[in-house]
Amino acid sequence: MIRKVVSSAEEALQGVSSGMTFMLGGFGLCGIPENAITELVRLGVNDITCISNNAGVDDFGLGLLLQQKQIKKMISSYVGENDEFERQMLSGELEVELTPQGTLAEKCRAAQAGCPAFYTPAGYGTEVAEGKETREFNGKMYVLEPAYEADFAFVKAWKGDEAGNLIFKGTARNFNPCMCGAAKITVAEVEELVPAGELDPNAIHIPGIFVQRIFQGNAYEKRIEQRTVRSR
Amino acid sequence: MLDKNGIAKRIAKEVRDGYYVNLGIGIPTLVANFVQEDISVEFQSENGVLGMGPFPFDGEEDADIINAGKQTITTLPGASFFDSALSFGMIRGKHVDLTILGAMEVAENGDIANWKIPGKMVKGMGGAMDLVASAENIIVAMMHTNKAGKSKLLKKCTLPLTGVGCVKKVVTNLAVMEIENGSFKLLECAPGVSVEEIVAATEGNLIVDGEIPEMIL
Repeated sequence: MIRKVVSSAEEALQGVSSGMTFMLGGFGLCGIPENAITELVRLGVNDITCISNNAGVDDFGLGLLLQQKQIKKMISSYVGENDEFERQMLSGELEVELTPQGTLAEKCRAAQAGCPAFYTPAGYGTEVAEGKETREFNGKMYVLEPAYEADFAFVKAWKGDEAGNLIFKGTARNFNPCMCGAAKITVAEVEELVPAGELDPNAIHIPGIFVQRIFQGNAYEKRIEQRTVRSR
Repeated sequence: MLDKNGIAKRIAKEVRDGYYVNLGIGIPTLVANFVQEDISVEFQSENGVLGMGPFPFDGEEDADIINAGKQTITTLPGASFFDSALSFGMIRGKHVDLTILGAMEVAENGDIANWKIPGKMVKGMGGAMDLVASAENIIVAMMHTNKAGKSKLLKKCTLPLTGVGCVKKVVTNLAVMEIENGSFKLLECAPGVSVEEIVAATEGNLIVDGEIPEMIL
């Protein structure tokens, strides 16, 4: 067994520096790497490019990095629900690259799987395809999209073991598995870190080969963005 | 004339037994409330769940189980969770049978615009471009005209496009239309709405062929 465990977020983020490109898992505030974000704020690295489906809310998630003006560029599919984001975008302080959600996921997955690019029909004929190579297959038009290149991927899983194997829970899975192994170094934080052998190999969602560092996360807030309930 | 629930109720009749369905935000979300109880349907949410159920009871909400609108949800027996790449693989791979989404504008050639208004804050397209580019069966749920009374069914979209030539059917507060050979074809009128009213509210080419039946809700 190859041990991937590090003792803390601080140790897990060693090598992180300003100007780097990071992938961050999560959909809205669901399944975001809360501990890694807190550590990025503490480290104060800036001029960073974040590949993340969303940009958090004003006081949580990536909103915390926006508050400190640490982000130079966001690559996302949807960036609503965040006033500071809007302010920085309109003032030109923040560069934003909007990418269709499925394309964003596949650009991560392609990086993980060693494919330099892929064709997708998403965005053909729209401004998303401007300047990109297009090609017809079986009578339908497709846009060539390159894989992402990133320095670190920060993902959050439900359970993980010392070997870096990961299991996700519910829709907190989202972009996290696609980002594992898609950057030079993948850092996984988990709600429950267990010894190797405790997780059923049949139940592993992401094998430890895609993860370089794993740590036991703590103090998860798991904030709900839209608490929607029905009466009994 | 229909209200938003009326539009949802009419669209629900397009949902068939055995369908996997993706519902967009807004009026499309309401469709789930009107699907016949004697058919089996699974709702997909592109953030990674098939088999979505109703909202949880107060106190039973789980931060790890949400829909694409970031609302807390429940799952039904037979549900599954998956990652975003697999989710869009389902969509791009045409495994989802029906996509229902809203629009700001639809053109007579099937173009759709629903993500960006120049000069206003752009929030992003989310999964809309992937959905419209891939789905074979797309129904748009929308009001026939905007707040200023201008038609949203146009000869050509004026807003930045979400997808080209992809819409097959449109259900509005006034009518059901199919898009065929570069025209809107009127299929049904909403209760109490005349063909003349629909013609007047439609900027794009509208084909009215014979007697147009009233919607059955």
